[in-house]
Amino acid sequence: MKKQKLVMVGNGMAGCRTLEELLKLAPDLYEITVFGAEPHPNYNRIMLSPVLAGETKFADIVLNDLAWYRDHGIALHAGKQVVKIDRKAQKVVAADGTEASYDRLLLATGSSPFILPVPGKDLPGVIAYRDIADTEAMIEAAKHHSHAVVIGAGLLGLEAANGLKIQGMDVTVVHLADWIMERQLDKTAADLLQKSLENKGLKFLLGKQTAELVAGESGRVAAIRFRDGSGIPADLVVMAVGIRPNTALAESAGIHCERGIVVDDTLQTYDPKIYAVGECVAHRGVAYGLVAPLFEQARVCANHLARMGIGRYTGSVTSTKLKVTGIDVFSAGDFMGGEGCEDIVLADPSAGVYKKLVIKNDTLAGAVLYGDTGDGAWYFQLLKDRQNIADIRDHLMFGGHHVGGVGDVGHSGHNKAAAMPDTAEVCGCNGVCKGDIVKAIKTHGLFTLDDVRKHTKASSSCGSCTGLVEQILASTVGGAYQPADTQDKPVCGCTDHAHGVVRAAIRDKKLLSIPAVMRELGWKTADGCATCRPALNYYLISTWPHEAEDDPQSRFINERAHANIQRDGTFSVVPRMWGGLTTPAELRVIADVAEKYEVPTVKMTGGARIDLLGIRKGDLPRVWEDLGRAGLVSGHAYGKSIRTVKTCVGAEHCRFGTQRSMDMGVKLEKMLFGMWAPHKVKLAVSGCPRNCAEAGIKDVGVIGVDSGYELYIAGNGGIKTEVAMFMCKVKNDSEVLEYSGAFLQLYREEGWYLERTCHYVARVGLDYVKAQVVDNAARRAELYERLLYALQGYEDPWAAAVKQPGEYVALEVA
Amino acid sequence: MNDWKKVCPLDEIPRLGSRQVNSASGTIAVFRTAEDEVFALRDKCPHKGGALSQGLVAGKVVTCPMHSWKIQFENGEAVAPDKGCAKVYPAKVEGGLVWIAL
Repeated sequence: MKKQKLVMVGNGMAGCRTLEELLKLAPDLYEITVFGAEPHPNYNRIMLSPVLAGETKFADIVLNDLAWYRDHGIALHAGKQVVKIDRKAQKVVAADGTEASYDRLLLATGSSPFILPVPGKDLPGVIAYRDIADTEAMIEAAKHHSHAVVIGAGLLGLEAANGLKIQGMDVTVVHLADWIMERQLDKTAADLLQKSLENKGLKFLLGKQTAELVAGESGRVAAIRFRDGSGIPADLVVMAVGIRPNTALAESAGIHCERGIVVDDTLQTYDPKIYAVGECVAHRGVAYGLVAPLFEQARVCANHLARMGIGRYTGSVTSTKLKVTGIDVFSAGDFMGGEGCEDIVLADPSAGVYKKLVIKNDTLAGAVLYGDTGDGAWYFQLLKDRQNIADIRDHLMFGGHHVGGVGDVGHSGHNKAAAMPDTAEVCGCNGVCKGDIVKAIKTHGLFTLDDVRKHTKASSSCGSCTGLVEQILASTVGGAYQPADTQDKPVCGCTDHAHGVVRAAIRDKKLLSIPAVMRELGWKTADGCATCRPALNYYLISTWPHEAEDDPQSRFINERAHANIQRDGTFSVVPRMWGGLTTPAELRVIADVAEKYEVPTVKMTGGARIDLLGIRKGDLPRVWEDLGRAGLVSGHAYGKSIRTVKTCVGAEHCRFGTQRSMDMGVKLEKMLFGMWAPHKVKLAVSGCPRNCAEAGIKDVGVIGVDSGYELYIAGNGGIKTEVAMFMCKVKNDSEVLEYSGAFLQLYREEGWYLERTCHYVARVGLDYVKAQVVDNAARRAELYERLLYALQGYEDPWAAAVKQPGEYVALEVA
Repeated sequence: MNDWKKVCPLDEIPRLGSRQVNSASGTIAVFRTAEDEVFALRDKCPHKGGALSQGLVAGKVVTCPMHSWKIQFENGEAVAPDKGCAKVYPAKVEGGLVWIAL
């Protein structure tokens, strides 16, 4: 098939991101031509301020070098401005006469700085702040001139002023409003910011309206005059009073424009052959000037250009962070509040800290942080997810680490990313320091957590440093940071569907195999990947037990081999000891096996059973056969499944015991044998409130009291310790089984793959779980029944493997 | 000159799966794709030596069970941004049998 022609006008960040996303989805669909007015490849515009401040160089902020265009067969016309779109002939024409015809046209013309219509606006020495040429002009001017005036105290203006000050100029910031950054900050935060910028040597003139720019003898600008008659000297004037979407080209072609080029939720303009993304666009009446929304647009637009037709762009919540070294300001959402809003404010002026949270209808509507922005990323996530904060309201002000939002193991009291030295280790699993992460973000132009994970491995193993990595990302890229969409995040790169959508499709359409799911939901890869296949396999077998196909090749090796792979390629074997109980006969067999197969390490596990480590894969079936003779079965120490039920001695022996906890634990473990789950599941039963079985950090914790049992759920002793929450009190053993089983079935049916119970309950809320399991007897009975049905007839996987040992043995060639 | 060695009948390797093969040249992982093509790599991830034969196969890529590096069958290279290479051995199916060349 002949390739379609795609022409892109505008070679900036939004456009190039769209091309990158498109090339990922459909690398061979289009022959691509790009026109850019600037004589450069695509560079990272948000890093211009660090270039101006001398903290980085232009070469370091190039995102797509010329080789990238060449490698992808993209014809780049750099330095050629398109002046005409001929929609009838489907072609564009550049100022130098270059023409290109298109089947699809992508407009990414960006925006232009707004220039105040005052006398003298065209004088030499008067510039805007928009691109690398402006940045270089400022650096050059600083070498020969001394008085700089920046008009406009917005984000860009302040960053320009700070850069010029560092370049050695005397800088005055002139602003029309009564306080600086009035579109991002309230007056209190703005005053604090102004004070610390004044301490850096900047001067401010507020409430001043520019009347005229006056030329000196050389013809260059020499002074600025205000409406009130006053004036100051100025031999460099930088206008930073806002941007305007570049719509002239589109308008001249008769494409409907308002504030920007009007697009729908698929980024299509009124001409179906023409798409538009970036700052030139008006979407639902909003034109965005920050990079994060533009990337969201790029992803959706690319999907539609690739003819996949999935995804809508529905607008963005944006956040702002000032990139001035040593000053931390963050704002997001509706930070001024007003009708129907309440403010929570913390102000400590002498420490230079001010925080204001705006609450509306039990959700966070906006936030302004000054001086301590460490929790900015966390607040932004709450805001974006519109999470109900009623439960955490009393400590909301104190940040994510007070309410379990941010993993900070190993970083206690040290989780303020900005204050960390470059040498501080952030990711303890992969040994990644803060400096490595910052460098990767800058040199590779990374904007998302996933990008950082791919390039540095930080936060890609246990995930406990995710919050910290997000903070580092947010403080390095500022307003360009967009937290991951935790609710609607696609399962993996093979699909655009989120976990919830996939689960619903499997249930509603009764899909019974992985290929069927992939066909139904339009998977982008033929076989999926190591991320989605295990998830799909779990969703299938948990939704349609005894009916759906269980595909061993879609399980992680541990579940495929029914043992835990170790770093040297050997395996560990953990036989089940129900409730942590064993017998001399079992111990004898374990000892015999350990000797017979020369097991190098025999260890007690945290789950009160014995681990045999260092067994060769080929020996596994014979080991299991020997263990099986004494009645020992798989302990599933390797699976996303029921692991252990830990018990204390209980009323059987203990003088304090109120309930027979060992007995209860064995009953629970026998009931749950063979239960697969979104993640591992651990239980504990204690015989009295002294809680020696440590039930407070288990997925289900049972604590015996004189009148029955208390049930606790969603605890976690691992990566980030979570204390289990009280669900209800029950009267007897059979109620323990029913309520625990119903809760676990709810989690099995609704949890996302690799989501522990603590994360699941945090997502849906404890009240929801109680409503299903405690308050609604009919629902509880159904859940319990479905759990028992799913577990019916489960065969010990070791016994099954003993019958078919073939695949465990390595092949030999001479 | 490549010396073709008979490994096993194709059926003994599951689709989207692999088998470990001991040979004079060390341990080799032999993979079978969904389309019944076979590939052979040295059974050692270029990252930290994980057994690739124990990984999950999708397309013509195996994901190492140790730290999830993705290694490509055709050239043995890790998928970017990871960098590293596992040795590739020629492999083929002929007459329902799997062959590798050492």
